[in-house]
Amino acid sequence: MNLRGFYTLLYKELLRFYKVGFQTLLAPVLTALLYLFVFGHVLEEHVQVFPGVRYTAFLIPGLMMMAVLQNAFANSSSSLIQSKITGNLIFILMTPLSHVEFFLAFVLAAVVRGVVVGAGVYLAALVVIPLPLHSAWVVLAFAVLGSAALATLGIIAGLWADKFDQLAGFQNFIIMPLTFLSGVFYSIHSLPLFWQTLSHFNPFFYMIDGFRYGFFGVSDVSPLRSFTVVLLSFALLSALTLELLRRGYKIRS
Amino acid sequence: MTAAVGRKAALALPPSVNEASFAVAVRGVHKRYRAVHALKGIDLDIRRGEFFGLLGPNGAGKSTLINILAGLARLDAGSVAVLGHDVTRDYRAARRVLGVVPQELVYDPFFSVREVLRLQAGYFGLGHENDAWIEELLQALMLTDKAETNMRSLSGGMKRRVLVAQALVHRPPVVVLDEPTAGVDVELRRSLWQFIQRLHREGHTIVLTTHYLEEAEALCERIAILDRGVVIALDTKQGLLARGMDSVMFTVYTESPILRLPVALENKVKRRQGNELVLQLHRRDDAIADVVDALRAHGAVITDLHTEKPDLEDVFLELTRKDRRP
Repeated sequence: MNLRGFYTLLYKELLRFYKVGFQTLLAPVLTALLYLFVFGHVLEEHVQVFPGVRYTAFLIPGLMMMAVLQNAFANSSSSLIQSKITGNLIFILMTPLSHVEFFLAFVLAAVVRGVVVGAGVYLAALVVIPLPLHSAWVVLAFAVLGSAALATLGIIAGLWADKFDQLAGFQNFIIMPLTFLSGVFYSIHSLPLFWQTLSHFNPFFYMIDGFRYGFFGVSDVSPLRSFTVVLLSFALLSALTLELLRRGYKIRS
Repeated sequence: MTAAVGRKAALALPPSVNEASFAVAVRGVHKRYRAVHALKGIDLDIRRGEFFGLLGPNGAGKSTLINILAGLARLDAGSVAVLGHDVTRDYRAARRVLGVVPQELVYDPFFSVREVLRLQAGYFGLGHENDAWIEELLQALMLTDKAETNMRSLSGGMKRRVLVAQALVHRPPVVVLDEPTAGVDVELRRSLWQFIQRLHREGHTIVLTTHYLEEAEALCERIAILDRGVVIALDTKQGLLARGMDSVMFTVYTESPILRLPVALENKVKRRQGNELVLQLHRRDDAIADVVDALRAHGAVITDLHTEKPDLEDVFLELTRKDRRP
């Protein structure tokens, strides 16, 4: 393994988003806080999802995980499509880096960005409202695994898209609906049966439900089941991504 | 080598030759892009330490071949090895010994020149022990005072120099330059060539593609001409130039424009403008003295005349044109 090569690519990917931290770290934290302020304020008195848990508190882990997932996706996908479109991806493709090293560096960088943004939302939200922490390990495990899954999805989207609007389409028509319909703002038990059943086919639901369990010790489905689904999703997406990278899909002619 | 035997003989490869003894060994390479058969069985050996030219018209397959070398494209059949390392099976080793200066002016807008070079070295597994070499490159390519400047703020010429530095950052023994002087001003072109010649003197193998044939003529020891996916010539510069020796450009200046040409010369006219007449003559069949006599007999008063040997451009055009004949 070209360890230093892998480390360098990881460092480059971290440096890339760090250099535009205003847009990649601060902006998403602010967006999440705006959601929290508006939805929390409007619905606080009307909705109680888990017994004894205030709606605003219920909302925070959902918003955190949404930020984690969206930013992990955004990191790998935008880095890849930018280097593809500007052409500088060749500087990575001409090196001895293997497709596995490439994959690991991109995924890990995206995980870091996702987790940092999630932590930012958490810290900012703590100022507003106290939040229980049932198990930090569960929180971390779901954050890491969820962002890793979205990072692989980001690589797939970045490889597939030839133009920025195709990537935006992927983000708006796949990622956004799946995150919004996954129980960020509500418990799926409050949905009509049809939508409840449908939600069980959405892996994002398990990511958020398991993550929320880490805070409250309460969830819609068992955290073990959520963990298994998220792990399986990640494994499947990884296998697909690795195969695409090995073949050089749309990057090596 | 004569033109008649040159074509086939130069392409024939001794089967016993070990790929590892060459800087680049290309064997029977085919590449197809859907309907386009970009490379149709390329065989090519580039010797260690050689300054090698890869020429051909647009769409000949030069960039495809370079992309295969660099790992940016995959071959459909055949094999390519750099210093004996197969570019597919042993790609890590092959890429470690190869540096490619791409044709397009591509750069990463997020980083400074020094960051770009350090990152590039890192991908090859090199750390701070390589910093001294990076400094040397910056100095040699006149980039030292721009080291901390973001790539976005550099002029085109500077970006081009960074591309050269990037290709050399891991000290590759084999360097490929794909049209390195396209759109580069005269001064920078000259300094780039001085630098490349220095690398060559220090033992690097240099593979160059260029549209400026005079550059290839001045620098390259051996030249391959590709046309529509086939190597149509592979020879030393002298051998290649000798192929054009069948014809001679004969220029005559007369006191007044020639109104009527001898019939025998009419089909040899290359250009006729005012008092200047350029004829393309056959080296053996046409005697210059006879031509002069014939012109005089038709009333021409010759004030000056000269002949020119065909240059690489003439040979190149001749060969690629010949190749297009049915």
